[in-house]
Amino acid sequence: MGIGGVGKLRRIALLLLLSALALGLGGCTLPTFGAFRGATSQGQTEFKLWSWMTIAGAVVAVIVWGLILWAVVAYRRRDPDKMPRQFQSNLPVEIIYTALPLIIVGFIFFYTVSAENKIDALAPNPAVRIEVTGFQWGWSFSYTNATGRQIALVETAQPRPPLLAANPLSSEYPRFVIPVGETTQITLVSNDVVHTFYVPAFNFGRQALPGVTNMFDFTPVKKGIFAGHCATYCGLYHSEMLFSVSVVSPSAFRTWLSAESAAQAAA
Amino acid sequence: MTILAERPEVFDESFEHEPAPSGLLKWLTSTDHKVIGKNYTVTAVIFFLLAGAMAMLIRAQLASPDSTFLSQHTYNEMFTMHGSLMIYLFVGPVAFGGLANYIVPLQIGAPDMAFPRLNALSYWLYLGGGLLMMTGFVTTGSAADFGWVAYAPLSNSINTPGAGPDLWIVALILTGFSAIFTGVNLVSTIYYLRAPGMTMFRMPIFTWNMLVTGILILIAFPVFTSALVLLWCDRHLGAHIFEVQGGGVPVLWQDLFWFFGHPEVYILALPFFGIVTDVIAVFSRKPIFGYRGMVFATISIAALSTSVWAHHMFTTGVVLLPFFSLMSYLIAVPTGIKFFNWIGTMWRGSVKFDTPMLFCIGFLATFLIGGVTGILLASPPIDFATHDTYFVVAHFHSVVMALVMGAFAGFFYWYPKMTGRMLREGLGKATFWLMFIGTNVTFDPQYLLGLKGMPRRIAEYAASDGFTTLNRISSVGAAILFVSVALFVVNVVVSWLNPIPAGDNPWDAATLEWATTSPPPHHNFLKIPPIRSRRPVWDQNHPEDRIIEHHPPRLGGLMASTGGSAVLLDEVGFDGGDSPGTRERDQ
Repeated sequence: MGIGGVGKLRRIALLLLLSALALGLGGCTLPTFGAFRGATSQGQTEFKLWSWMTIAGAVVAVIVWGLILWAVVAYRRRDPDKMPRQFQSNLPVEIIYTALPLIIVGFIFFYTVSAENKIDALAPNPAVRIEVTGFQWGWSFSYTNATGRQIALVETAQPRPPLLAANPLSSEYPRFVIPVGETTQITLVSNDVVHTFYVPAFNFGRQALPGVTNMFDFTPVKKGIFAGHCATYCGLYHSEMLFSVSVVSPSAFRTWLSAESAAQAAA
Repeated sequence: MTILAERPEVFDESFEHEPAPSGLLKWLTSTDHKVIGKNYTVTAVIFFLLAGAMAMLIRAQLASPDSTFLSQHTYNEMFTMHGSLMIYLFVGPVAFGGLANYIVPLQIGAPDMAFPRLNALSYWLYLGGGLLMMTGFVTTGSAADFGWVAYAPLSNSINTPGAGPDLWIVALILTGFSAIFTGVNLVSTIYYLRAPGMTMFRMPIFTWNMLVTGILILIAFPVFTSALVLLWCDRHLGAHIFEVQGGGVPVLWQDLFWFFGHPEVYILALPFFGIVTDVIAVFSRKPIFGYRGMVFATISIAALSTSVWAHHMFTTGVVLLPFFSLMSYLIAVPTGIKFFNWIGTMWRGSVKFDTPMLFCIGFLATFLIGGVTGILLASPPIDFATHDTYFVVAHFHSVVMALVMGAFAGFFYWYPKMTGRMLREGLGKATFWLMFIGTNVTFDPQYLLGLKGMPRRIAEYAASDGFTTLNRISSVGAAILFVSVALFVVNVVVSWLNPIPAGDNPWDAATLEWATTSPPPHHNFLKIPPIRSRRPVWDQNHPEDRIIEHHPPRLGGLMASTGGSAVLLDEVGFDGGDSPGTRERDQ
């Protein structure tokens, strides 16, 4: 084996890895690779995992592409009469490229599990509880108190307008409001087919599955209005099953909620 | 493991039952694996072209925001049928029904498949199923429009009524049986019909992979076929198996579907891994590097693939995340072994860039993207952020387009064997470059679209979503892919009208299928060469270039510390590997 080439590539890879580490440990922000940084604390945990795993994946990919390119260029057929040596194995090398990936898998697995435990953790006493129902083709967001009684409701207008502009932020689609810095607990159900409640900026989606009650927490860290989609194909108007979420200050949230519940009580 | 039973080396006319029919009658009635294999290949390629045309319509729809090129309903039919045709009727059948059917008996020196009539039945079930699925388009309702995964309860008779979805279900029950019969045939053929000397560890890797694929088919397809029967019962007999009303469990469909669906990914992939392995060795003029590692990697991939299905269900909230995540990560290890073995086969070889080899290199480069993004998706938190977005669409298209390149490597490599003619190299290379560029232009932007939050299977998006530019680029890439496939069709037509004779072994290949004529005679071999290694044809053509087991340590410090490797290698010496044969020939 032409190990000179491998050695060189290994050194380059090590350099890449070290510079990536320096980048991360030096306090610089992690590269996004096109993803959202996460507008909730759960989303930020996902983002860190994403960024590190993508760096690791890119390093591996560059090394393997490099090896392929090297093999293709360096060993192209120059002399049609010359026959290469007919070797077919190299046990030490084979053991190394079996063991090394196993070790890498061990690392990313433990990082993954610790991140997913944080993201899936449920607060015992969330500040806001919302029961979200997905249906063909819209959403309802029911704000409940600790005993489960509904105090406010936001939902897709019925009957749905015949033709909508497919922009989740437009006013035809429901917009629910949650406070920044506080934990909102979502209870997700579906009463017809499978949908997915998906907020890209929160780096999170979860299926609304008939017969299953899913629960998860959002703790927003940024104010703003964020688009939401149904991600799982659910029939004819799947692409128009849109919503948005508005993250506001806790005081603005309380004002909004009491106005909504007053309006509901009046109705 | 050696098959000791003798069988006559020369097939004379008395072996033929009757004069072989010709023309249309031959294609309709033959039980010859070569005729059936060609039938399968041609039919599958036609479905590929149809599915590709649907992909063009999909990309035309998504090329601009607020598009009304297709109605939402038509769009839903298009992506459903595009996926169904590609997965169920092209990528799988072209491999296990087409290429494997033709090549496996030749690679092991068998006169036919073990059960020739069952083989013919497989084809007719497959063709019947395929046509049945397409007839959905001419029903009053529509073709199936619930996605190729047919998630319950969207696929029940209330949400998707009509004949189209029923035809889809029945079609897949037929093709399911077709696949099961082919699996039975492949496994039996490979176990029982190997020529004398063709031990298990002398089989070409393509045949090995088809053996493992056959076993995986027998694990996965019965589950899927039964699940389809249950779905049909839900629709017509009110069985309520997948509906909450009546006590059913909708998520059960996802479990059953993906219990099939993930092994299916490897049923699709392993044959092309096999093709790539064999082709790289031929065009590098070297034996396969790490042959045994390759075989065990294939078996490990198959074993692991039966315990990863719920990584398609991370966002359901009802699966054990760490288990399925770990199993999915672990598949990277044997896949990595394969990658390094492919590179090792080229290493210090003499690499020639004929069209089949170009497609193999394209396969390596593209599959790597699909593999690395697959590792990312095996992490549940990352999957939460990207599941059912274009990130996933891009991921599996990187994988499947790599497999398509593997298929084209196979077409170009074995076309001379099947027809006795060559395809045009110039057109072939143009097809490769356009396909490689087109694949990356089409699908690489889709990773970014997914990360920006574009869900899959949406018929429209707003200009304000910011998806427009990337979608435009993707559609341009699709047009490039269209041209590349069109050039392949031109290539086949030109080569057909203006034949260039191929000879028996145009690539100086090493495995047994190249020992017979091109195309092979009725029962494949008039004479089988002695099989004393993994490369019987190479041994005949290059008696002086034998496999070297004892190569000097060249790893410097690394090898010095494990200096006993050469000895170790000999001691590993599995039954029928190269070592005994080499010793024999080395005296």
